[in-house]
Amino acid sequence: MNRPVQTVGKIIGVRKTGYYSVISIACAGIAEIAKPGQFVTVSVGGENSAMLLRRAFSIANVDDRSAYGGVIEIVVSAEGPGTRWLTTRKRDDSLDLVGPLGKPYPIPKNPVSAVLVGGGYGAANLPWLGKTLIQRGCRIDSIYGAATDLKVYGQMEARRIGGSLTITTEDGSLGTLGRVTDVLPEVIAKHNAAVVYACGPMPMLAAIAKIADEYGAVTQVAVEESMACGIGVCMTCVLPIIDDDGVSKMIRSCVAGPVFDAARVRFDDINTLPPDIYGADGMAGH
Amino acid sequence: MVGTSLRGQGPANTPIDSLLVDTTTRLGSVKVPAPVFTASGCAASGQELDNFFDIATIGGIVTKSIMLRARSGRATPRMAETPSGMLNGIGLQGPGVDDFISNDLAWLQQRKVRTVVSIAGNTVEEYGRIARRLRELDWLTAVEVNISCPNVESRGQVFACDPSASSAAITEVRRALSSSTPIIAKLTADVTDIVEIARSVVDAGADGVAMINTLLAMTIDIDSMRPVLSGGTGGLSGPAIRPVAVRAIWQVHSEMPNLPILGMGGVRSGADALEMILAGASAVSIGTSIFNDPSAPWRIQRELREELGNRGFSKLTDAVGYAHTVFGANE
Repeated sequence: MNRPVQTVGKIIGVRKTGYYSVISIACAGIAEIAKPGQFVTVSVGGENSAMLLRRAFSIANVDDRSAYGGVIEIVVSAEGPGTRWLTTRKRDDSLDLVGPLGKPYPIPKNPVSAVLVGGGYGAANLPWLGKTLIQRGCRIDSIYGAATDLKVYGQMEARRIGGSLTITTEDGSLGTLGRVTDVLPEVIAKHNAAVVYACGPMPMLAAIAKIADEYGAVTQVAVEESMACGIGVCMTCVLPIIDDDGVSKMIRSCVAGPVFDAARVRFDDINTLPPDIYGADGMAGH
Repeated sequence: MVGTSLRGQGPANTPIDSLLVDTTTRLGSVKVPAPVFTASGCAASGQELDNFFDIATIGGIVTKSIMLRARSGRATPRMAETPSGMLNGIGLQGPGVDDFISNDLAWLQQRKVRTVVSIAGNTVEEYGRIARRLRELDWLTAVEVNISCPNVESRGQVFACDPSASSAAITEVRRALSSSTPIIAKLTADVTDIVEIARSVVDAGADGVAMINTLLAMTIDIDSMRPVLSGGTGGLSGPAIRPVAVRAIWQVHSEMPNLPILGMGGVRSGADALEMILAGASAVSIGTSIFNDPSAPWRIQRELREELGNRGFSKLTDAVGYAHTVFGANE
């Protein structure tokens, strides 16, 4: 496994795309070893910031041969004070980064047909994944969805790498009216997909995994769980996951994930403590 | 316990090259060459941080509090960011003491890392049972006894909030551990009189105290209109609690100037660490700041050396409790 590094990167560009900001950062040591599905954490608000927790972002793209050295791209949705601070950074500003973190998407050994499903900026890492899959000889078809057109990320990027792209919006402002799950069965069936890759909100991931399973495809999900450290020490980002030994455990999504085989994720039990989870019986007292 | 006062000689009038500052300090009977530790629960068992700095160069790793049996921890959400701090309610997720010894401690020993094992129990007897498992491990730097746990035999009252329960837990651990392993009792500042608790654990055989644990706190999501954490309340940590920690260290050092104190609570820089040392800490632990900066313990140790040198302290021990001398509160 590639070891993460902590480094100060320099912003080489911030561009707005719809609702989101794409930040390109020159940061030696991360772009060269990162793989699709891995993430970085960024400290926000400056050295004496009252916002202590680093924000985690999936690496959307890398360029390890740019004039700036290794460059990564992250896609930021300004939802709170930390992400707002990030989206107001300018070219040449510095960012404290840790990465690459987590496990990447597993890439099939054989050239299979794959469907890539993204919800909102969850689609950020899918074009790069798609490119990697195509290089392995896979066929890819993409489904990007969001509430509305401005929140659909990555159309240009998806079209550039190839394969079909279906867009869904819940208000019908772009593409098909509805959700990604409305069009997923048809896309899987049409191309006889063996694997579905999905990134987005947890209920969407659960629904995708269920449909894919019905159609005989395996699903790899990249979760977006809230985390304090991102490096495996704080134990806040755990999910109820069925481990290799068949036992369900509270497993850290930052180091064991963020990509999981959906069949291992107990979606219905997230935010609960199921009694059969390893160590649940040890919770007597407090 | 050391026989002589830990209060130092005071600084020279001229700055000293930071490389010449002697940062040797003591935790009970054990001498450690470096004064910065991790705080329990913020570094797991050190392996992940070893990616970011050489963990053998800091004072030591204080491992996440371990209990007798495996624990799943609580349901999520377990964490919320708050101004200059965070709340956590992890619920001491961990593998149980036996797995911990054969995996985590084996790795730390092989890696030659100074290690303080933090233990927690539901009953007095349980503290003893965990400590007995550690009895033969003579390489440990110390054992930290996390007494900020509810006592199931006393309607869930937290050990550290009651002098006699605190004393009973420490007595049990002292009996179970090898006499050469120092005991550090971890105290909470959520009490009326922290000095009284400190006295009770020292009388029961603690060689030092670690303070402060997180402060009991809550935050409510105003959209869902319910507490953010699954457990309702959680522990507040980070720079938000630093002045409370400095106060607690000051109070205990005032009354017990010879007692080694491992100071913690929101230390983010060498300057913050120096503040705790001036209040009376002989070493400091870094907790939540690790989440902000995984290299923090290593960076803070370097910065602390500079802060000491800049003020003319040739030895860290000369700075321990120095603010009391200047203030004259205990003279």
